[in-house]
Amino acid sequence: MTEPFPGHADYVLGLADDALVSAQRMGWWISRAPELEEDVALANIGLDQLGQARALLAHAGRLEGDGRGEDDLAYWRDEREFRCVHLVERPQADFGVAMARLLVFACYQAELYAALLSSADETLTGVAGKAVKEVAYHVDHAHHWVVRLGDGTDESRARMQAALDAEWPYVEELFTPVDPALVGAGIAADPTAFRAAVLERVAEVLDEATLSVPEVTPRLGGGRRGLHTEDFGYVVAEMQHLARSHPGARW
Amino acid sequence: MVSTQTRRSAAWALAAEVPDPEIPVVTIEDLGILRDVAEDDRGWVHVQVTPTYSGCPAMDAIADDLQERLTAAGYQHVDVEFVLSPAWTTDDISQAGLAKLEAYGVAPPSPTRGGPVGLALSVRCPQCGSPDTRETSRFGSTACKSLWVCRSCQEPFDRFKPL
Repeated sequence: MTEPFPGHADYVLGLADDALVSAQRMGWWISRAPELEEDVALANIGLDQLGQARALLAHAGRLEGDGRGEDDLAYWRDEREFRCVHLVERPQADFGVAMARLLVFACYQAELYAALLSSADETLTGVAGKAVKEVAYHVDHAHHWVVRLGDGTDESRARMQAALDAEWPYVEELFTPVDPALVGAGIAADPTAFRAAVLERVAEVLDEATLSVPEVTPRLGGGRRGLHTEDFGYVVAEMQHLARSHPGARW
Repeated sequence: MVSTQTRRSAAWALAAEVPDPEIPVVTIEDLGILRDVAEDDRGWVHVQVTPTYSGCPAMDAIADDLQERLTAAGYQHVDVEFVLSPAWTTDDISQAGLAKLEAYGVAPPSPTRGGPVGLALSVRCPQCGSPDTRETSRFGSTACKSLWVCRSCQEPFDRFKPL
């Protein structure tokens, strides 16, 4: 077991919340995707992310040492206590947006989990060891769709490019530096160290898809400090309402 | 007098019979997700299982089933621990498990050999045996399967995804 380290729980919470909120958004697609197989695919991708989130939340709870478990952290924290980035928390009611976001997020998670394979935190290595293989399928899925839509009809190409343009201001926040002490202790993976690899992988896919890397000013972010977009409150309410309306509900 | 070793094997044998809730034709031993069954001097049993995928929804059902079977066999204290490391891979499925999957109509995964996921190898139809098949979706009815269709017999089938 890793020794408590200042900021350790908060770091793990950031990873957990990215996965959790992305899973919640992914679940929205069930019954709404362009075809049945895609409903199933996005549900499975969300399920992988949820599984990663559960293990990470449970770990964050143990590191905090206040007796909070995964459900306490998922259902009983308020908006400002979440540490997810803005990329994953906004609505994704356009399929192009969902695929643009999945491409970026899965490429990010692929590098993140690969880096965490050598973390000094054994629980993080354990989660990463499983997740790195699951995420390879997510990258592959987003890759196929982005190429299919980008290198498709004029309509699909224009919409895929518009989706990328809409997501791109939120990409940079993924690489917000983490506490150097945590990186120095070998616990955290430094996102600035794998930023280039993520962007390069995404750019390769965009090139294959005849799309261009958007040139936009990054948004300020702030998700890691608990500052979120207006949309976030709604998704948190949706995610938590059952647990809060019926405390202890089981089925 | 029963030796500790025999008792340990007896607990393992009971645990090993637990079927996978989603593909009940294979057991958790066949799948390679049963990692350890240890019995201490007091007769308390500690079972370690590992999930196939991080979000595998079958884990709670498996833990309940382990509790029930071992308790019914007379073990008073049974606890089930989920472990993540080393990460499960489809290479952990036993030869018997692979054969059962195929007989059940689920095409077995190709060996990963620690290599990258997603190598396009020919997949044989578990119904008619034809190699002329195509993947219709990389994500299937459960996290661990993809959806395929056979061009020869036209039947759809599941495949256990290499992981």
